[in-house]
Amino acid sequence: MKILVPVKRVVDYNVKVRVKPDQTGVDLANVKMSMNPFCEIAVEEAIRMKEKGVAEEIVAVSIGPAQAQETIRTALAMGADRGIHVTTDQTVEPLAVAKILAKVVEEESPELVILGKQAIDDDSNATGQMLAALLGWPQATFASEVEKDGDGFKVTREIDGGLQTIKVSSPAIITTDLRLNEPRYASLPNIMKAKRKPIDAKTPEDFGVDIAPRLEVLKVTEPPKREAGVKVESVAELVDKLKNEAGVI
Amino acid sequence: MAVLVIAEHDNASLNDATRAAVTAGKALGGDIHVLVAGKNAGPAAEAASKLDGVAKVLHAESDHLEKRLAEAMETLVLSIADGYDAILTPATTGGKNFMPRIAAKLDVAQISDITAVESADTFVRPIYAGNAMMTVKSSDAKKVITVRPTTFEKVGDGGSASVETIDAPAPAASSQFVGEELSKSDRPELASAKIVISGGRGMGNGENFAIIEKVADKLNAAVGASRAAVDAGFVPNDYQVGQTGKVVAPELYIAVGISGAIQHLAGMKDSKVIVAINKDEEAPIFSVADYGLVADLFTAVPELEAELGKVGY
Ligand SMILES: Cc1cc2nc3c(=O)[nH]c(=O)nc-3n(C[C@H](O)[C@H](O)[C@H](O)COP(=O)(O)OP(=O)(O)OC[C@H]3O[C@@H](n4cnc5c(N)ncnc54)[C@H](O)[C@@H]3O)c2cc1C
Ligand SMILES: Nc1ncnc2c1ncn2[C@@H]1O[C@H](COP(=O)(O)O)[C@@H](O)[C@H]1O
Repeated sequence: MKILVPVKRVVDYNVKVRVKPDQTGVDLANVKMSMNPFCEIAVEEAIRMKEKGVAEEIVAVSIGPAQAQETIRTALAMGADRGIHVTTDQTVEPLAVAKILAKVVEEESPELVILGKQAIDDDSNATGQMLAALLGWPQATFASEVEKDGDGFKVTREIDGGLQTIKVSSPAIITTDLRLNEPRYASLPNIMKAKRKPIDAKTPEDFGVDIAPRLEVLKVTEPPKREAGVKVESVAELVDKLKNEAGVI
Repeated sequence: MAVLVIAEHDNASLNDATRAAVTAGKALGGDIHVLVAGKNAGPAAEAASKLDGVAKVLHAESDHLEKRLAEAMETLVLSIADGYDAILTPATTGGKNFMPRIAAKLDVAQISDITAVESADTFVRPIYAGNAMMTVKSSDAKKVITVRPTTFEKVGDGGSASVETIDAPAPAASSQFVGEELSKSDRPELASAKIVISGGRGMGNGENFAIIEKVADKLNAAVGASRAAVDAGFVPNDYQVGQTGKVVAPELYIAVGISGAIQHLAGMKDSKVIVAINKDEEAPIFSVADYGLVADLFTAVPELEAELGKVGY
């Protein structure tokens, strides 16, 4: 079985981004970038399936600027076998990403695509589901447990009320949630080895996909600021304030 | 302008988040129809027909729809999408699961998790864990939108819409429901509770959540948690509040033993009043707290329970 893992380069989760004064976006100059944490979980899951003998090959694909290659290298250092880099400097919305990925799937014929449930920059939570629809495949989103089951997969999903288990036939789309696994760190020898693994360079035009955005960003603003309040000295004072000042109890 | 709101429900009753999505739909203008897709979902359809400002309820029944699996929802909604200019659903795990499929098949961008409607084509949504708000104008003919339930008023009852039964075509691709393990609790739901008390890694273990639960029972509050507390297995996954968990905005949010990482703040900083109990006075949670108490939670929380008792709880 071949597994395709789309990985996105995003602002590191530890960075608190700042809105640019001219309201055109957030300031990404000199900001630490990393692989989207949910994508790391996706790569890890694919590697574990390979280690269990369920999968033979893992292909990491990223759509983005030249530096997205580093993100693919990270996936290769973790254990993916090869990469595909679709280079573009434009913003690519989830729909366009899904369309490109659908073309990659056509060429690569994987039996499984594992994506993150959400990119922590745009917070869209859409790409995996869109890809599933474009391909006409079943999906299992927000996975916290994945098991090969006959000719498909049994997946436990994190939902608002608790956990849900579903079965999807192969080929399928899975998106990862936080509890699926703990991604490994790449070892130094594996980072060295990853440098020799192949990365195919492509462009959106190679796939004939129009990536023009459908959403025009009119402005990006700061969220309303919360003023820090007061420190109370005791629980009794806290209860008094909640009752008599804030009136919430 | 015709607007379709896809209801969130459990067949027996309508989820409150649906009421917020109807409010967002109203802001777009035009007639509002509500789709209730399920199995034995008569009661939910009935409840939807009473929503204020709803012109019609479409009720679809089938086995595939019992758990509103994404593939079945896609097929059903596509079968009626032609009649609508905008399709909305709450940004719950249910809506997040099926809605992008519909957007992709209609070849439109989904506008995820909107917090405001500026006009029929312009919306505000949070990005970067709510550290920035983005105003976007959609050029798509049809708008496909998920709505953050906490930022819209919930419409009340007062309507008397007709309920029309519609066909539920069988889905092409499909997943199969195997089972579920739902958290049972007599406390209010996290997403709609007026008071929420959450514990973090500082709780130390799951048993210690008992002291939080005692306070929750006194205040009729819901219990939440940070990711660290869920990852450590103290409490189930559906307790997680934050960027990638649930977003809550109660009247009162009490954070206990939670440091206040940006991912956690993303899920609770719109609460009306925030209380933080943490032994580290430098903890970032204090920068958003209206009332901060620097204390060991293992003495402060039982004391809180006792003090509440004194004032009549
Ligand atoms: C992709 C991604 C998504 C994430 N999504 C979320 C999310 O949705 N929600 C979320 O919450 N987090 C999320 N996180 C995790 C987040 O970054 C933090 O790691 C997490 O919120 C920390 O949880 P915590 O505050 O409970 O733990 P810690 O940061 O370890 O804080 C524990 C706090 O407890 C205090 N404490 C300890 N003992 C006591 C005591 N006896 N009395 C009083 N205080 C005490 C400490 O002073 C400390 O401030 C996400 C992270 C990533 C990478
Ligand atoms: N530019 C991209 N390149 C590769 N994968 C992506 C890209 N954008 C999104 N994805 C995948 O889709 C997931 C969800 O992203 P989103 O729908 O934007 O929240 C990510 O975790 C990735 O697996």
